[in-house]
Amino acid sequence: MKKKYFLNANIIDPQNSIDEVGGLIIGENGLIEAVGKKVNTNNIPSREKYIDLKGNYIIPGIVDMRVFVGEPGFEYKENFRTLSEASLSGGVTSVVTMPNTNPIIDNVSIVDFLKRRGRDKAKINIFPTASLTKNLEGTNMTEFGLLQAKGIIGFTDGYKTIQNTRLMSRIMRSAYDLNCLIMQHVEDGELAKDGMVNDGIISTKLGLQGISDLAEKIIIERDLTLLEDFNCRYHISQISSQKSLDVIKRRKENVEFTCGVSINNLSLNENDIGDFRTFLKLSPPLRTEDDRLALIKGVNNDLIDVIVSDHKPEDEEQKRLTFAQAATGASGIETLLPLALELYHNESIKLNKIIKALTCNPAKILKINKGNLSIGNEADFCILDINKPWVVKKENLISKSKNTSIEGRKLQGKVTNTFVKGEELFKI
Amino acid sequence: MANVKKAIKISKKHLLGIQDLSIADVNFILSEAKQFIALNKSKNKKLDILRGKTQINLFFEPSTRTQSSFELAGKRLGADVMSMNLNNSAIKKGETLIDTAMTLNAMHPDIIVVRHQDSGASNLLSQKVNCAVLNAGDGRREHPTQALLDALTIIDRKEKIEGLKIAICGDIVHSRVARSNIYLLNMLGAEVNIIAPSNLMPKDIDKLGVNRFSDMKKGLKDCDIVMMLRLQNERMTSSFLSSNREYYEYYGLTPDKLKFAKDDALIMHPGPMNRGIEIDTNLADDINKSVIKEQVELGVAVRMACLKIFCE
Repeated sequence: MKKKYFLNANIIDPQNSIDEVGGLIIGENGLIEAVGKKVNTNNIPSREKYIDLKGNYIIPGIVDMRVFVGEPGFEYKENFRTLSEASLSGGVTSVVTMPNTNPIIDNVSIVDFLKRRGRDKAKINIFPTASLTKNLEGTNMTEFGLLQAKGIIGFTDGYKTIQNTRLMSRIMRSAYDLNCLIMQHVEDGELAKDGMVNDGIISTKLGLQGISDLAEKIIIERDLTLLEDFNCRYHISQISSQKSLDVIKRRKENVEFTCGVSINNLSLNENDIGDFRTFLKLSPPLRTEDDRLALIKGVNNDLIDVIVSDHKPEDEEQKRLTFAQAATGASGIETLLPLALELYHNESIKLNKIIKALTCNPAKILKINKGNLSIGNEADFCILDINKPWVVKKENLISKSKNTSIEGRKLQGKVTNTFVKGEELFKI
Repeated sequence: MANVKKAIKISKKHLLGIQDLSIADVNFILSEAKQFIALNKSKNKKLDILRGKTQINLFFEPSTRTQSSFELAGKRLGADVMSMNLNNSAIKKGETLIDTAMTLNAMHPDIIVVRHQDSGASNLLSQKVNCAVLNAGDGRREHPTQALLDALTIIDRKEKIEGLKIAICGDIVHSRVARSNIYLLNMLGAEVNIIAPSNLMPKDIDKLGVNRFSDMKKGLKDCDIVMMLRLQNERMTSSFLSSNREYYEYYGLTPDKLKFAKDDALIMHPGPMNRGIEIDTNLADDINKSVIKEQVELGVAVRMACLKIFCE
């Protein structure tokens, strides 16, 4: 690999507190050699060619903490190759994959397969999770220690919640002993049963079963209460309401935990469901505009640490059904950053904060050395034209499934180049 | 009868819900329906307005009165009517609503009447077929022809709706009839009281411009119309109520509770009734108070009007 020089870029690397105009030098080994304002034409040998980015941004490659991949079992929805291509086009260089596959990632024997497929087919970094319970049944714990030793980054039942309180307390104890990361999808199963949308005027009007925001609050309250006893590494996968934030704010004072939010809940509200748009059937559901604004505030106040895509590819057949029958979830990995930038452009959240929630914050929770531009690290980063206008069209999406929640949305900001380990893998 | 008002047109292609209609649309449908009331009482009930047109009744959920009402309405207007009960055929074979719609669409019907257990099903269907779609009830969302026939019944007896105080009482949360009636009665200027135990009251219902009551007596006070709803046990997946006995005690319409309404208050029920659960059996049959049979009768007229208007 040839050495690469980039100059005149707006570099944002929240982990190293870099937010300045400067350059980036990538060594022949794909590692970062130098970064920041000190990098200019004076550091570059005259015979070397450099790329003048003319004010475009360089940010660390995005770490997306919540991604569903269809492999194994649902390759027709998304496989590692298509996920990788879609991710790269959105500046995502590391993903945490959910265990809700077929077979379910719940035992050691499948982890090798997963790692091998991920390595062979994906050009991005794949960090697989395993399920918290065998077969996602919510009754028996998986082998946290053995799975973690095989390279599992964390444990979650994906879009299922551990409903049994006794089991949850035991999971936390084991996770404490083995220093494992637990990621919980927070929703009380009985309260949210058969629910499809936020419980409120929209559910009443559409005649759809509602999901109360209390269903989320109750599990958060319960888990954080349990956490007081055994403070394991605990992460709330994603929250959707003001009420949850109130609990989180109060609990932050005495327990340690982290929290995520889906870009969908930051950018959309229940009114967007309109005339039964099944592409907006999401879990957690889209809630009120007040909730959305509270979540934005939550990111600004550092109550929410991470923004995720909650990328859940579903084929068209699963969405061309009545709302009740349609599958839940939206494809979103390639629009994660551009949609997050909307929050910057409309002055909801500062750019640095957005990048932080997409890069070094998730990396810190996962304890991986990603999401930064530290010297000596693998050069995973992307170049961003922050003002470039474009329109989301499902036919232009790279992901195998086209179930975007923001079809037709006018966005501003697009990744022009993405690099993994110093190698340019995506170019617009 | 023949003086069809060609000048007036409906603003929508499909009848999916009262929500989509304008007040002009509603008045147009009701005025057309009025013309059919006399016809339905006469000896020769057959017209040829829809001769040569094909009407498909697509019922994914069991129904007796709505389906027979639509069938009769179509036949009286001279349409070729085909009724399909799909609650135990294609669906069981794994065919989706859209596939069924496409299949039927290929047969070139002029109008499809659909009932489905899922809210929004008629909207989905209307996006995929070329002909007009009439919603005969979708999940909990809307049942527009029921609300229209209720309005026609009220107008028939009280001459107007504006200014009336109307109570809708019972299983509101599962009721598409309640939702359609709330939209329509509000639109026509009535004051609507919603009465239900909290477990059967949808969230934020007051945002639809109604008054909510969990005390039936308070809710019935000075009402001109008492509309009772059926307790939809088939849609109740977990415990909503302790017992039918207790429900009857607090929310069943009895002579005692009816006293709180106006003396000349009329009783309505979309049927089928659970006698002795939501309504006292004698009250239901009281010809001086109950207009339940009239609702069924005018239902045919309203559906004839809808078929005629939306077929054109």
